[in-house]
Parts: sequence; C-alpha cells; structure tokens
Amino acid sequence: MAVLEIKDLHVAVAGKEILQGVNLTLRTGEIHAIMGPNGTGKSTLSEAIMGNPKYEVTQGEILLDGQDLLQMAVDERARAGLFLAMQYPAEIPGVTNVNFIRDAVNARREKPMPIREFLQEFDQALATLDMTEKMADRYLNQGFSGGEKKRNEILQMMMIKPKFAILDEIDSGLDIDALKVVARGVNQMRTPAFGALIITHYQRLLNYIVPDYVHVMMGGRIVQHGGPELAQKLEAEGYAGLRDELGLDIKLVDEN
Amino acid sequence: MIEPDIKDIGKEYKYGFKDNIEPILTTGEGLTADIVRQISAAKNEPEWMLDFRLRAYEIYRKLPMPSFGPDLSKLDYEHINYFRRSTDKVARSWDDVPQEMKETFERLGVPQAERKYLAGSSAQYESEVVYHNMKKEFDKLGIIFMDTDSAVQQYPELVRKYFGKLIPPADNKFAALNSAVWSGGTFIYVPKGVRVPMPIQSYFRINAGNSGQFERTLIIVDEGASLNYVEGCTAPNYSADSLHAAVVEVNVLPNAYCRYTTIQNWSNNVYSLETKRARALENATMEWVDGNLGSKVTMKYPSVYLDGQGAKGTMLSIAFAGKNIDSDTGARMIHNAPKTTSSIISKSLCKDGGIADYRGYVRFGRKSDGSFAHVECDTIIMDEQSSSDTIPYNEVLNGNVSMEHEAKVSKISEEQLYYLQSRGISEQKATEMIVMGFVEPFTKELPMEYAVELNRLIEYQMDGSVG
Repeated sequence: MAVLEIKDLHVAVAGKEILQGVNLTLRTGEIHAIMGPNGTGKSTLSEAIMGNPKYEVTQGEILLDGQDLLQMAVDERARAGLFLAMQYPAEIPGVTNVNFIRDAVNARREKPMPIREFLQEFDQALATLDMTEKMADRYLNQGFSGGEKKRNEILQMMMIKPKFAILDEIDSGLDIDALKVVARGVNQMRTPAFGALIITHYQRLLNYIVPDYVHVMMGGRIVQHGGPELAQKLEAEGYAGLRDELGLDIKLVDEN
Repeated sequence: MIEPDIKDIGKEYKYGFKDNIEPILTTGEGLTADIVRQISAAKNEPEWMLDFRLRAYEIYRKLPMPSFGPDLSKLDYEHINYFRRSTDKVARSWDDVPQEMKETFERLGVPQAERKYLAGSSAQYESEVVYHNMKKEFDKLGIIFMDTDSAVQQYPELVRKYFGKLIPPADNKFAALNSAVWSGGTFIYVPKGVRVPMPIQSYFRINAGNSGQFERTLIIVDEGASLNYVEGCTAPNYSADSLHAAVVEVNVLPNAYCRYTTIQNWSNNVYSLETKRARALENATMEWVDGNLGSKVTMKYPSVYLDGQGAKGTMLSIAFAGKNIDSDTGARMIHNAPKTTSSIISKSLCKDGGIADYRGYVRFGRKSDGSFAHVECDTIIMDEQSSSDTIPYNEVLNGNVSMEHEAKVSKISEEQLYYLQSRGISEQKATEMIVMGFVEPFTKELPMEYAVELNRLIEYQMDGSVG
C-alpha cells in the first residue's frame, strides 16, 4: 500500500495565497472526492501536488510513501507514481498520441515495453473508452474536442498505471454518455494498488465513480469530511447551505 | 505507427570520419583559366563544354559577391582545390568500389538504403562519381541516371540542350564558379509518360580538407513523367573551411511531376552556397523538400519558375542552426503563367547562438492571372543567444492574384513541457519531442530511412540543450 500525505499545505499563485493549510491523506485502494465551489483552490491543490512551476508552495509538506515530493521535479514525481488528468491538457503538434503514450510508459521502465504487448494493452484501453484507432495517430490533443481530451487523459492514466491519480474536473464539458465512458475507465483502475483524488463541482460524476471519502473545500481549506452521502447532501443544499451551517465567513466566487 | 528507437547515438559528430585515399589527379590549390582547361582536358570534354567553362570563368572573375546575407569574407579562394579525382573510372557494381571508400559508404548506410528502398544509386566521392548502379528496369524504361560527366560524353545533345539554360553562369558569382569548374553531380532523364516507381537516391560527400565540391545536377522530366529524387549529404569534420557550390537545374515538362529531396549535414566549417532552380511547364508540379542541418554558412533559395498555365511549385524546408551556424535559406516562386500556384513552408530552429534566417521571394508576373501563393514561416528560437529573421520579398505585377503569408516565431512552451513532464518524461526528452513534433511535417515527407536519420541528427544536435 502506498500513501500520499498532504500536510498543512499553503500555496500561492502570482503572490496571492490560494491554499491556506490543506491536510489530506490518501491510500491506494481508496477513492477520494474533493468538492467545492468555483475559485476555492481545488485545481491549485492538484497543480501543486504535480509540481506546476506557476504554483508556489509557501508552507507545508507533500509526501509520497515518506518521500518529499516538493524536492522533486515534475517528471520525477510522475515516475514516483503520480498522475494528473488535467483540465486543460497542452497540445503538442507533430507528436502522435500513440508515440507519446509509449514514451510515457517507457519513461518509468528500465527496459522498454515490447511493442506488441504495448499495442495490445493500448487497443484494450481504447476499446474501454470507446475511442477509435484514429485517435492513436492524431497529434497529441491537437484539434481534440473537449470530450476527446478528457478521454485521452484517462487513456494515458490507464496505460501509465500510476499509484495515485488526480482527476481535475474530468467531468467538465462531458455529456452523460461520455461521462459514463470516462467513469468506466476509472472504475477499471480500481484495485488495491491504485488511489484517486477526484475533483469536481458536481455530484453527478460520483454516481458513476462512487468515492470512499468526500471532502468539501472552501476558501482554500478542507472544511468538511464525509462519505458519499456528503455529496448527496451538497447536491440538495448547495455550497452556501453548508457554509452557513458551518458558520464560515467565506464569500463564494459566484455570489453577487 | 511506432517510430524506431533512436537512442543508440554516440556523442561525437557522427560523420566526422575521414579515410586516407590519395587522389589520383589534383589541380592543386587556386584557380586560373589554365586550371579550367586542365579540368576540361582531364575529362576529355567536347569543345562546347570547354568554351562554356572558360566563359563562365571570365564571368566569375567579374561578378561581385552577393550584396545580401551572411558574411563570406573568410572564404579563402586561393586555398581551395578546384578539382580532385580519386579514382579514374566510374564503378558499375559495388564490387568494383575500392574497399576503403566502401567502408566509408557503408558507415553512411548507402548499400542498405539501396537494398531496401531505392531503385538505383550513385554516390559522389570527392569530385567525381565512383560508384554508380542502375537497375536494369531503368534501361528498359529509357530512364537515364548517371553522373553528369558521363552524360556529357554519352548524351551530348540532350545535355547541351538543357545545360546552363535555367541557371546561366551570369546568374550569380557561385553559379559562375560552378559553371567554370563543375565536376560530378547527377544527370537524370525520365522519358515521356514514364513514372519512376521508387525514389532515386544519390549520396554526396566531401572528403578532403580544402576540397571544393562543385556538382552539377541536371534533371529533365519529360511530358507526363514523374520522378522522386533524393539527395543526402554528410561531410567529415575538418579544420580548414570548405566550399560547396552546387548548381541544380530541374526541367519539369508539361504534365510532369518532380520531387527533389535534399538533406544536408555538412560539417560546420563548410560554406554551402548553392543555386537550385526548376522550371515547371503546363500543369507540371515541382516540389522541393530541403533540410539543412550543418554548414558554417548556407545560402540556398531553391526556386520554381512557373512558366506554364496551371503549374505548381512547392517548397518545404527546415533549417537547424546550432553554434557558429549561419543559415540563410528560403525559396523563390516566380509566377509567369495563369493559374499557377505555389506554396512555401519554411521551418527553422536555432540554438546556441545559431542564426536561421528566411529569405524568400514571390513574384507574380504580368501573365499570372488567377495565380495563388502561400508562404508560411515557423521558427523556434531555443535560447537568448540565437536569432531568426523572416525576410519576405514580394513583387506583384498582376491585379488578379492572391497571396497568403504567415510568420510565427516561438519558444518551447512552458505548458507543453509541463504537460509532457507530468507524464514522467524528462525535460530534455520533452524538449526533443516538441522539436521533433515541430519538424514532423517535414520528416513525414521523407523516405523512412531519411526520416530516422534526420531525427537522429536533430537528437544529436539537441543533446545537452537543457540544464
């Protein structure tokens, strides 16, 4: 079992402190969901864990099996077992999807994976995600629709097989069919060797990927922990309801 | 679908080896009219060719250096060997090629390339073709593929009709120099309606320090015929500067097609000053595919004269300018007939202080009604020391034409690097991938082996560019 520990994490973007002391522990075999209103720091948390240079950690620790992730470069964190399905994946012209994924898979192996074996797995993952073979030879994310980009993130995750995946709003812009497909991919990963942190606004995704734990984030902190029922409650009462119930003095971004 | 692994590359300059073959005949350093006569006599040339050379020599002496582009003041004309002959007969079969040369060629992969992909092969060694092999089907189809010296002897009328017509000696100083002292190069004639089924390839190579190379290539693709010609260049490292001033003339007759692919990787002391020109007649298509990786200075602007209605001309190029490299390249498209189209796609990369400039010229003549031109220049500048300029020049003498021009200069994007690294790919490998992706529209047009070799060369040049 692997453990990802986030301790008292403070993160600033362009000099402004967004995260104000986040504590969270994930273990493989567990699916955690973080819910929260817009602008509350959910994506900041995922980017800071991955090591995006635009996000500055000003205080706290992130440990993967006791290893200090903050001392590691982005690619080292990835090879240590982290994966981030991004909201806005970059487009890389001229690099085919399949070659890129193969490089990513081989980056964490001593010997490259035999091509035949790779392609077998790749084809299976494509099938699981209802993706056509054409997606293999297209340039990475270039000209992909929003839904194609999301599926492609999950495709990479399935091929790379990280210890921990962070799925940052993987449901945004997906219709219900695509949502089910993406959920199928994630559920297939669900083993004792895999943990995930799902970041979402909406409870809907959690109908298809049922989490073990739900955390609510507001104002740069986690303000409430619970099980799947917490997501249901939020769906019914909204974030403002929970905030008022907890007596928090936080202004929600979308409030007038 | 999957690229071959490209990790097995050493760090030293891959083609920086030299062998010890003594030339059989050399005119020594420097150039005079007498030397021009000697060259012609050594080749047992007809009178008209000697006259052509001598006229060109006079023009060469009078013409000024180019008024634009890179600094050529360090070129030392007095210490160049204008002619060397390393063997006195042209080899027909591989067995006849001297062992030492053969080893050199084998290191360059010539025989393998031939086996796998190519219909015929002629490899230039120093100033003359020593190895020449043509498949029997070529003879059957009437395709002529030989070194230009032999063509002068065997097909004097055909050569004389086209030689020096697209690029007269007075075109520029280096074309004049080539016309005076040319040696070797490739001659290809494809008869009417014949479509050459496979790419034809020629390997060029400079071997001795101070040895100028002045190949003369002449191609005629007759009506309705098609040809795909591939030329690859590699050169060993020297201490003294070397001059390479080729002339390439391509005649594409009505309804014919020609693609001319070049990859140049001269060692970085070579001045590569080439004149390449094609003429496309009615509904003919001429495509230049041109990659420049090495050289100290490159000046090269392949052109297409679109002289027949509906003719098409394209140029797809990449330039990679590393340390101490000044690459001044581009294309010229001359629309002289109605409904002609041209496209120039130029990609450049510069790093470690390299200079990669695009210099292009598009001209719509008075008769170019309904013609169209597209120009696209894409540059990646890898560091602060390097630079790139886009210098397009357009001349429009007809109101009924259209033209597009796009130019983009960028750096390796942080977002792209972050994304690739977040998948476990190192920063160096990620940078390489982005660069390879940038040149991919070029490499995908190359025969497989060339694409692999180009990727290797770029990988080698990229090595150590990060952190």
